[in-house]
Amino acid sequence: MDIKLTIDGKEIEVPQGTMLLEACRKAGADIPTFCYDPDLKLAGSCRMCVVQPKGWRNLVASCVTPAQNGMVIETESPDVVEARKVVLELMLARHKLTCHTCEKDGECNLQDYCYRYGVTESRFAGKVHNLFKDDSNPFIERDYDKCVMCTRCVRACEEITGARAINVMDRGHHAHIATAYDGNLEDSPCVFCGQCIMVCPVGALTSKIAAGQGKPAQNDKVLTTCTYCGTGCTLELNVKNDKIVGVTSNRDAEWSPVNRGALCVKGRFGWDFVNSPERLTTPLIKENGEFRPASWDEALDLAAEKIKGIKEKYGPDSLSMFSSARVTNEENYLAQKLMRAAIGSNNVDHCARL
Amino acid sequence: MANYMDIIAGCKDKPGGIIEAYHAIQKEYNYIPEEALKEAAKAFKLSEAQAFGVATFYSYLSVKKRGKYIIRMCESAPCHVAGADEVLKAMEAYLGIKVGETTPDNKFTLELSECVGQCQATPVVTINSEPVFNVKPEMVPGILAGYK
Amino acid sequence: MTQEYRVLLEHADKINPESAADYIQVGGYKGLEKAHSMNPRDLTDEVKKSGLRGRGGAGFNAGMKWSFVPQYPETKYVVCNFDEGEPGTYKDRIICQKNAQALLEGMAICGHAIGSNNGYIYCRGEYPFVVEMLKNAIGNAKESGALGEFNIEVRMGAGAYVCGEETALIESIEGHRGEPRFKPPFPGVEGLWRMPTVVNNVETFACLPYIMTNGADWFAGIGAKSYPGTKVLTLTGDIENPTYFEVPTDYLLRDVIYELGGGVKGGKKLKAVQVGGTSGAFIPPQNLDTPIDFDSMGAIGAALGSGAVFVMDESRDIVDIINRIAKFFEHESCGQCTPCREGTFRCKEIMERINTGRGSLKDIENLKVLARIMQKASLCGLGQAAPIPITSTLEHFEYEYLRKLV
Ligand SMILES: Cc1cc2nc3c(=O)[nH]c(=O)nc-3n(C[C@H](O)[C@H](O)[C@H](O)COP(=O)(O)O)c2cc1C
Ligand code: SF4
Ligand code: SF4
Ligand code: SF4
Ligand code: SF4
Ligand code: FES
Repeated sequence: MDIKLTIDGKEIEVPQGTMLLEACRKAGADIPTFCYDPDLKLAGSCRMCVVQPKGWRNLVASCVTPAQNGMVIETESPDVVEARKVVLELMLARHKLTCHTCEKDGECNLQDYCYRYGVTESRFAGKVHNLFKDDSNPFIERDYDKCVMCTRCVRACEEITGARAINVMDRGHHAHIATAYDGNLEDSPCVFCGQCIMVCPVGALTSKIAAGQGKPAQNDKVLTTCTYCGTGCTLELNVKNDKIVGVTSNRDAEWSPVNRGALCVKGRFGWDFVNSPERLTTPLIKENGEFRPASWDEALDLAAEKIKGIKEKYGPDSLSMFSSARVTNEENYLAQKLMRAAIGSNNVDHCARL
Repeated sequence: MANYMDIIAGCKDKPGGIIEAYHAIQKEYNYIPEEALKEAAKAFKLSEAQAFGVATFYSYLSVKKRGKYIIRMCESAPCHVAGADEVLKAMEAYLGIKVGETTPDNKFTLELSECVGQCQATPVVTINSEPVFNVKPEMVPGILAGYK
Repeated sequence: MTQEYRVLLEHADKINPESAADYIQVGGYKGLEKAHSMNPRDLTDEVKKSGLRGRGGAGFNAGMKWSFVPQYPETKYVVCNFDEGEPGTYKDRIICQKNAQALLEGMAICGHAIGSNNGYIYCRGEYPFVVEMLKNAIGNAKESGALGEFNIEVRMGAGAYVCGEETALIESIEGHRGEPRFKPPFPGVEGLWRMPTVVNNVETFACLPYIMTNGADWFAGIGAKSYPGTKVLTLTGDIENPTYFEVPTDYLLRDVIYELGGGVKGGKKLKAVQVGGTSGAFIPPQNLDTPIDFDSMGAIGAALGSGAVFVMDESRDIVDIINRIAKFFEHESCGQCTPCREGTFRCKEIMERINTGRGSLKDIENLKVLARIMQKASLCGLGQAAPIPITSTLEHFEYEYLRKLV
């Protein structure tokens, strides 16, 4: 059943149960959000997405308020704008505002919204908490002096990864994100998937591996498939001067149908091998205990000849094949086909079972 | 002293009973020791971060070691106007500690609290949850001497 | 009319609150009997007709709230809000300590109306001795058979004012951090463990047995028309009789202070009175001739709230008290939403500045902006109500602020 409502003077129809946020966006309104994340449970807590339903005393958070039939919504009324500005100022009042050196500069919700609403400084500036977490792990920088307490990281850690490594500790203004006993990620169930980095709307969580190598606006984004395993996650390579300087998530279901942006520690942080000078670029053949570069034809001919020799001498069952989780289903299929049909052995296995 | 494993086992079947378990643990230990929190997390199928988040949310619960007697001075408005500040100063002077601290002999921990619902006799102090009524600064030594 | 009118507290100190037998002797459990003889819909209508409105602060019609509970789900819950965190309030404790069985009976009546045998009482952590008493009272009532199939479990809070907010309370019973949920869905549809749940205050439940035995019309005829019945008040601050009273709801605030309360302590003049607990508005003396009921209080920009009456004499420093109250909210904010988490903290900072003579006119301007946005944009009632003491004193006692500025 569809319901009708008016948003910024435009009448639209949406299915029953649609949240105002979606309805407003459908009507063309640009609603700012921090805590809202389409892949996570709703929180309704940052209050950035507030809108004004006509005749209501209070503003409502559009991300958690179902659209009602006949509602008349204003998305940029003076009250709404004032509320959003104050929310931003309250965030700024405790924020370590160092955009010039921040990894998130140019792709940060707080920065973008302050720009949009012309918020240069906070009327409520006062005490700031020192919440930077000196966490010695190799992957994730945790600077909670830039945290806006949207809890997306907590929800992503639980709902996407299932690690439940982090949570909010304490309450009120003292509330902040922490592992049990406010320790380091390494001593927690954290698996360093970096989903928390993916969802963080500001620069509170960033990749240590990519740090200092380029800001979001300076990098080209190239989509590719992760080579680590057969799952086939989409990676968004951050490329600068023809070098990979980082990996981020593309969360669009169309571009990232397998993983919707979620990655594991290898995909997100383990890409520095690509540009490693130690990387092999040609096949090597060992002669007299020494490797020498060879062409593919030469190497394959040699391998085929040796396999044939063994088969002739000891029979096909003396040969077995282990294939890799890093290749695709199709390649694994071909591998077993080669073994069974061409070589004649059923000894086929796979590294994922080891 | 009851073992925290037994205490937790006793609450385990109450759905959502981790706060009850924390209360029972605190009754024995006056705070929630780390091992007990970790055990409670397991029993209630929470992660340690989640169990820690719960324990640190409630001001009645503590994850830090505290003394044998927990003195909580109410500072809500009715007690405030009745002179809670002076009583607090007298407490600090008598015990030689500041709010949030524990005496070196681990006997007393001094905390602030909000209204404890005994406003017929302000200012109110609770000592291990027992309310003491109409406290005046000069009464402090006498009151605390009663706790051995 | 300057007398108390005791309904819930009629037999206070004359019966043992733990004993169902004692209570039955003074007419107890007749209401539940009558409720059981009615079908749930008629029972709900009867409660609706009595005009009983929630005594926990929001003043919602109780029968109406129950009528939103869907019939079909098998598991539903009756939850009693005994968090009583509003500073200056202890009326729910008094009701339990004097007449606990009436609370249990009221919960069972509600259980019959919504089709639930699962009751919870969420009692604040500051009352461990009342928890013990309630457990004995429940045991005794169960043993005597008075509660029938209805079960009640007592759960303890642990020092969080916000857990008085019904959805935070539900989160707390579930063993979580006491963070309020966004609404809708309301608890009546999706409450405890996501099942339909009625949350009512102790006093609301305790009224029900009397409504059932004496009839909805009898109750509707007591006190103010739009908020009938009696109300238990607790008097604190500079008052001669700092104790509790039960009065009909059309009772004047002036009489609360000068008749029952015996007047301002030491014969001093009244400066202000705050009704409803720490989140209530400060009422200046010129508004004393107002009945205490929900709507009359609302009409003067105040709220009956929990029924706490905090009296301040002429010597009191309003700014110092507001500073203290600002610290309360900073301490009690759950920390979930931005306007309240950050706003209560900045309010406290600004109040501290003003209170110590370091504040400026700019600070007062900023307080007003902050207050407006906290009221309009906070997630729950805590953040929405936290600025009320500030705005009401800026309205009626602005000179006290100005006097303290640099
Ligand atoms: C911050 C906050 C604290 C509250 N504290 C209490 C409380 O201590 N006791 C209570 O009965 N209701 C309290 N309430 C109101 C409850 O949310 C809820 O409206 C009430 O329990 C419903 O019961 P009633 O309809 O019988 O009043 C509080 C609300 C807020 C927003
Ligand atoms: S998190 Fe955003 S606002 Fe903060 S310093 Fe980084 S870019 Fe600037
Ligand atoms: S890296 Fe993954 S597991 Fe670790 S805290 Fe972030 S989301 Fe949780
Ligand atoms: S670290 Fe980032 S994602 Fe987590 S709460 Fe803070 S701002 Fe939100
Ligand atoms: S208004 Fe305050 S108490 Fe309520 S949800 Fe927001 S932060 Fe929590
Ligand atoms: S985006 Fe709606 S409250 Fe945060």
